Amino acid sequence: MALSNKIITTVAALGLLAGGAWLGQQLGSDNSATLVGDASRYNNNANAGLGAGTRLDATVGASGSGKTIDVYNGESIQAAVKRAAPGDIIRVFPGEYKETVYIDKDDIWLTGVIQGGKWPVLEGEHKLNDAVLYSGNNITVENLRITHYKGNAVMGQAGNNFLIRNNHVIDTGVYGIFPQLGKNGLIERNILSGIEDAAIYVGMCDNIHVNNNEVFANVAGIEIENTRHAIVENNKVYNNTGGILAFITPGLPIKTAYDIIIRNNFINDNNHVNFGAPGSIVAGVPSGSGIVVMAADQVTIEGNIISNNKNIGIVVTDHHSFSNITIDPESDPTSDQVAILDNVMFNNGYEPIKEIAAYKLANLINDDVDIINVGDSKDSCILDRGKYVGLGLGDYGTCNFSDTSGTVAYLLAEPAEPHPFSEEDKGKMAYYGICSGCHAYNVRMIGPPVQIIQALYMENPEGLAEYIANPVKKREDYPEMPAQDYLAPEMRLAVAKYMLGVDNQGRFNDPALNQNQ
Amino acid sequence: MMRLTTRLAALLALSGLATGALASEFQLSEQCPPSFERTTDNSCRLHSLYDQYNSLYGRGVGGLKTALPSRRDGFSPQQIDLGRFLFFDPLLSADNSLSCASCHHPDLGFADGRATALGVGGAKGHRGAPSLWNMAFLTRFFWDARASSLEAQMQGPLYAPEEMGTNPAQLLQKLNANDAYRAMFEQAFPNADQYITLDQIYTAIAAFETSLVSLNSPYDRYAHGHHQALSEPEIEGLNIFRSFVARCAECHTPPLFTNQQIAVIGIADGEGNLPDEGAGAVFNNPSWRGGFKVPSLRNIARTAPYMHNGMFDSLKDAARFYTLGRGHALNDKEKSNTVLHWHIWEPKLTDAELDRLVDFMNTLTDEQFTPAIPNKLPSGLKPVGALPPALSSPVARNN
Repeated sequence: MALSNKIITTVAALGLLAGGAWLGQQLGSDNSATLVGDASRYNNNANAGLGAGTRLDATVGASGSGKTIDVYNGESIQAAVKRAAPGDIIRVFPGEYKETVYIDKDDIWLTGVIQGGKWPVLEGEHKLNDAVLYSGNNITVENLRITHYKGNAVMGQAGNNFLIRNNHVIDTGVYGIFPQLGKNGLIERNILSGIEDAAIYVGMCDNIHVNNNEVFANVAGIEIENTRHAIVENNKVYNNTGGILAFITPGLPIKTAYDIIIRNNFINDNNHVNFGAPGSIVAGVPSGSGIVVMAADQVTIEGNIISNNKNIGIVVTDHHSFSNITIDPESDPTSDQVAILDNVMFNNGYEPIKEIAAYKLANLINDDVDIINVGDSKDSCILDRGKYVGLGLGDYGTCNFSDTSGTVAYLLAEPAEPHPFSEEDKGKMAYYGICSGCHAYNVRMIGPPVQIIQALYMENPEGLAEYIANPVKKREDYPEMPAQDYLAPEMRLAVAKYMLGVDNQGRFNDPALNQNQ
Repeated sequence: MMRLTTRLAALLALSGLATGALASEFQLSEQCPPSFERTTDNSCRLHSLYDQYNSLYGRGVGGLKTALPSRRDGFSPQQIDLGRFLFFDPLLSADNSLSCASCHHPDLGFADGRATALGVGGAKGHRGAPSLWNMAFLTRFFWDARASSLEAQMQGPLYAPEEMGTNPAQLLQKLNANDAYRAMFEQAFPNADQYITLDQIYTAIAAFETSLVSLNSPYDRYAHGHHQALSEPEIEGLNIFRSFVARCAECHTPPLFTNQQIAVIGIADGEGNLPDEGAGAVFNNPSWRGGFKVPSLRNIARTAPYMHNGMFDSLKDAARFYTLGRGHALNDKEKSNTVLHWHIWEPKLTDAELDRLVDFMNTLTDEQFTPAIPNKLPSGLKPVGALPPALSSPVARNN
């Protein structure tokens, strides 16, 4: 329960310096006459994908083009996933399922069927780690009630075009919904509670939309971390320790978070005691914090109703000021170009942590503070500072734009696709990546030279592809070839065609570099 | 450098030092190693099935079907092959006793099986010798990440008194005095000055190191879609590995199984002390005190013992470290001075889960493209030189 917070320790230290040069400068600064930002910033936003009138789920989720596999109470969802092919829909009927479901395939639609108000429940019994893990692209996970897992309810690793909606996540470990390293994803209409880090945690992603979710009684409600082009809107975020977070967490391979819109959310009563794991970054979030921006850039906060958060409505801070934070030389530690547009803020900051109280005292502010900025924040702005009680906002200019309505979503207009590779490219990859360890063009390595294989199969790539999958021993003086059936059929055919088509341009390998002499 | 080599050449001509094997015995390969295509400009380009995927910002981190990070390739086959001879030649050490392979032996996963490395005259190093597999994809070298290129890295072990103990002048003198090496360098660097330079030596060894590619493990077959490549216990291990309870995959991120970041995990020496400041000292970053580079786990089953100081003999012990609790190895004073990585917590993994993690880590083994140790070296010395104890004596490991 690390409520004591270095951020704020810094603030306290500054408070003691009241009357000192730095503080005097801050108190005296008034940048309100400066217009900040391009007036058409959100009308000409090149990163915005979907226009008005397009369904948000137009480019995310599974296609549903395949067959339907039904899973009933007492059966295994994972068994169905194993049987499924891309395009298939797995329907999970009401019942209790005690398993971890992993989806290492593309285009799988995992959907719960709700009958008579009864849901399919994934029950982790406080023993299982994660409920749903996916690595494929175009995965849909919906209509599931997930409870009592130790790790995450839904975790994605590098899957693009994901759709996670209409799930109930209750008392489920570290994170609730946690897509990571994916591009183009929609998280909507989920209800999450009792998560000891962030209920919805978007990590190292791009082009994300999080809308119409209800998150309560978690440490952090919704966290956008090391992610770009994200919108968090129309969510109900209450009774968490911290409501909505936009962070750059240091030490991760993706180093930035920017172009984030937090708009039209209810962010209320986020006064839950912090029950984050010791050492976790959210363990440093003081109870009663509505929106926390740490090191993220171009965060625009608009149209939110932010009320009854006892510590602060909005805090903008940096890596130097936050507790438990490692300094990463490759991450910019400050929150720059933050824009606070029109929000409704009421009854925030009525019981601030002592460091903020000291900061107020030093600034001769008696009122409850809605918004505080700690540390440097370049080119940030506030649209109408008269609406709020602010602290540390002297350097903020006045925003030169008033709304974000020109940007509907950052979701992509077309699904994110893997690299387009021709058949020849794929054959080349497989040949060099795998086959070249044993087969050179015109010299004997572990297997016969490609020239000999060409003589045998020149007009018959299909035959060679079949042999690759199911080899038989042909030559007494060579070892038997291991089956390469792990390569997909189209990859086997591609490599067969490549091997039969290639000539000796010196592209093959030296046996001396490979054989054990 | 030019002046030095010119002076050396004059010295060599006067002293008649030129020795070694016959140049004609050593013809460098014109073919690229497995996985590499020789292009029309005589450079070797790596191909891998991972090329068919993307990764965010080209960082090469993510899930199963994620591209690798950008790689260093494009060396000529002759440079790679020359590097192979240099790598295995004890001529590169001060007393002709140790080659690069003495601490990075192919039979030990390109490590040496020791807790900390051994140098000339039995000198003892401070940290363990890391594996050299898949160096082409790395951007930071040494446990403390102090070098940003292979060329910069290799000057550490070459010139450190407790490692190979040579110096630039001695290195140039020995190689320039060797007719066979002179001829081989001419093959590998056809348009260069007639005397071998340090840069050429570094380039050739880096070329060889970047050719050590291990991307065809059972795990890789699974990643590319052949789900039968892993057994049920191995898949269970994969799921534990990537779950956010164990959190292994957060730092050992597929497909390279490192995110190439610095992590402070709270490994101690002795009485809970943390005498090795690691990256904290190098980068003058107190929050990295005790921090080290996250190593790749590829071929990890071959490179015991584990951690920068080799304190764990088995993968299970190494995995168990993470489940014994946040900062458990540090004394209270060290703990309060150390900014432990936030992923280090108390996952409370069961003994069976640790076994499954080991099962999974074993699936990352692939040594199909292990290069051959040369039969004979231009120096006339025995290839490799002093063998790591694990190879020279079955009971000597870790002494």
